[in-house]
Amino acid sequence: MTAPSLYAFVGALLFLVGLYGALARRHLVRKILAVNLMASGTFLLLIALPATAAAGPPDPAPRAMVLTGIVVAVSATAFALALARRVRAEQGRPLLPGDASEAAQGPTDDR
Amino acid sequence: MTADPTVAHWIVGPILLPLLAAALAFAAPPRARPWLAAAGVLGALLTAALLAAHLPAAGPLHYRVGGWPSPLGVLLVADGLSLTLVLTTTAIVAAATSYAAAYLHPAPDAPGHPSAAPHFWPLWLFVCAALNAVFLAGDLFNAYVTLELLGLASVGLIALSGGPALGAGMRYLLVTLVGSMAYLMGVALLYAATGSLDLPAIAPALAASPQASLAVALVTAGLLLKTALFPLHFWLPPAHASALGPVSAVLSALVVKATFVLTLRLWHQAFPDLALPAARDLLGALGALAVLWGGLQALRQQRLKALVAYSTVAQVGYLFLAFPLLHGPGAADAWRGVVYLALAHAFAKSALFLAAGVILRVTGDDTVAALPGAAKRLPLTVFTIGLAGVSLMGLPPTSGFIGKWLLLTTAIAAERWWIAAVLVAGGLLTAAYMFRVLAKALLPAAAAVTRERLPPALGWSAFALALAGVALGLATSAPLGLIDIGAPPAVAEAAP
Amino acid sequence: MLHRLLTAAALAALGAAFFAALDAPPPAATPLADAALARLPDSGVSSPVTAVLLNFRAYDTLLEVAVLLLALASVWALRIPAPPSPWPPASPVVATAARRLTPALLLIGAYLVWIGADAPGGAFQGGALLGASVVLLVVTGAAPPARPLPLRLALVAGLLVFALAGLAGPLLGRPYLTWPPSLAKPFILLVEVFATLSIALTLAALFVGVPPERPDPGAPR
Repeated sequence: MTAPSLYAFVGALLFLVGLYGALARRHLVRKILAVNLMASGTFLLLIALPATAAAGPPDPAPRAMVLTGIVVAVSATAFALALARRVRAEQGRPLLPGDASEAAQGPTDDR
Repeated sequence: MTADPTVAHWIVGPILLPLLAAALAFAAPPRARPWLAAAGVLGALLTAALLAAHLPAAGPLHYRVGGWPSPLGVLLVADGLSLTLVLTTTAIVAAATSYAAAYLHPAPDAPGHPSAAPHFWPLWLFVCAALNAVFLAGDLFNAYVTLELLGLASVGLIALSGGPALGAGMRYLLVTLVGSMAYLMGVALLYAATGSLDLPAIAPALAASPQASLAVALVTAGLLLKTALFPLHFWLPPAHASALGPVSAVLSALVVKATFVLTLRLWHQAFPDLALPAARDLLGALGALAVLWGGLQALRQQRLKALVAYSTVAQVGYLFLAFPLLHGPGAADAWRGVVYLALAHAFAKSALFLAAGVILRVTGDDTVAALPGAAKRLPLTVFTIGLAGVSLMGLPPTSGFIGKWLLLTTAIAAERWWIAAVLVAGGLLTAAYMFRVLAKALLPAAAAVTRERLPPALGWSAFALALAGVALGLATSAPLGLIDIGAPPAVAEAAP
Repeated sequence: MLHRLLTAAALAALGAAFFAALDAPPPAATPLADAALARLPDSGVSSPVTAVLLNFRAYDTLLEVAVLLLALASVWALRIPAPPSPWPPASPVVATAARRLTPALLLIGAYLVWIGADAPGGAFQGGALLGASVVLLVVTGAAPPARPLPLRLALVAGLLVFALAGLAGPLLGRPYLTWPPSLAKPFILLVEVFATLSIALTLAALFVGVPPERPDPGAPR
């Protein structure tokens, strides 16, 4: 396994771990972090996978795409965190509505 | 390419004009914002109409922003599919803008969200620009950026309502971000396999491989999640039902169409060879389940806006029901049918949500049980619901009928009986839930009621959209001619 | 619990699909990379990433600047209540350090924008650094009070200048966002300078979360 393809595998792994977190975690901040993990994994793979072919200078297009993607991810994260604050103020807990009613029925660890 | 090169530049109008208006509206005093919105949206409508008038003679337009040849720059595509949707979008947003101006600026004692009004307009214009940018996108990565613009603006508009809309918006935001990431991961794999992001350059460079299959699966799954195809629809009803009236209309009529159209375009123009019949049947089957499940849920809803939102779950199903018909004999008619159905649903659904917003605004109660007397208090609004309902059911002489008829005849000719059966059953379910609303609305009220006096823009803009949905069922040759321009070769060659 | 197990099983299947997919041979052709490197001399800059971001695919970057402004518009639309006393008083050490650091941060930020034409750097990197310095001033209470209108104009300047500069293309009969030949570098710098200003202020405003002065500048009627 060459080095770039190792990075691509790690990128895929981060994406999957993030997807698991986005689905299974309940705390909104954890979900938002999980989505960011998915983004990091995707960016890593985006850079690493075309690099397996490169013999000459590195391909600038994926690096430009990742820079654009980072700005988009920063914007989305900022809004998501602000919205999560408002959800917590509204519902008393930083959870999605269905998860909040589940939590009301039994003990929870807010995860 | 186009004969008159200056006309080609108008392609950026539907994106750029609302975008500039959004930036100006963000900085402008609140009083000027609705006027900036009107200017931006009407400018978008005008430029799209100019381009559409030019298209039949010139053929599909491939516009390279920045002027760099393929595969270096970013491609915008004006063909029948994109321009039909851009025209539909700008027309609906224009009507909803006049509605929103009246809806958001009530008399001081009226129920509403006055303090939300100044924040509404920049987000509204961003949604308009983003919708057009998604429809015109001819580049895999550019489509990702436009989808994020659309998703953030949509959630921003939902959250304006406060209260339960915050939780619904949060769920929508997480769903749309996960969907975007799945899409972008698919794009990364496609880029690694083809070395290109340019839509026309993907198909020739893409060979079947595990990498290509995973890429197609990720791209499709991300887009389906954002389109709310059953069983990925869970986020849609609370989000669409809790937003402000004009916001619900644009979300339900147009925003779910953006990712649908991108799916349709990618499946037929970026990786047509990987869109295997089994995968098409899977999407069709999910569409069938959506039609039935959404219809049954709509029947059970107590609130009018929740009913209309579940109706969107069902109507999204119809669009995917066309996928098995979009290859082989009759594919050209199925292509026309599905695009027609998309625009028919856009007009009918926006009219319904605007009408539901009027009822909620006047009565403060949008439960179906509270509807008796509505026909006397709000005759125009109830008539609007009736017209839009007829188009949703697919009865003649409406645009909904044209779309469903084209799909139904294709399904019968191709002997796909289960598709024909679902098309008919879905129509019956739609009739059942729409008549449930109309029957209640036509009942006399328990107490004496009189006709309400409303800002005219509220009732008439909803009515205009419902009327447009009917008119497009009568004047079909121009829209059908437009839809055919630049239809993907796989579909066009199969034409009889 | 069952829900989590099913999720984990589905993700394991997806992981297997990734494992099969990433074991693919490298692509035979890289047309976009080849074209980007071949046309670099025509882009007006010598850093290939900046050439892609601000010339070849400038339209993506225009929309990216729009996404950032949109995020701020969405956050302000949430109408988060302004905290009564925004920031606890900073210790003299922190406050002094923040004030002394600011000129250096401004200089490094400007340098990052300028060097972006030839080496790694650019509007977002510079803007992020400048935004951080504004945040530092805000949390130490050293930031001058923002006046709403100039601030809003500075926030939208990046998007407006970028979008309007792109019209130079159609005015000269070429596609949108085509920089005039031989003037590519000045156009890119113009766009970058205003984008940096807006990016820096937007990032700082996202950190603060509430619009200046009144929590709802438009509401009074």
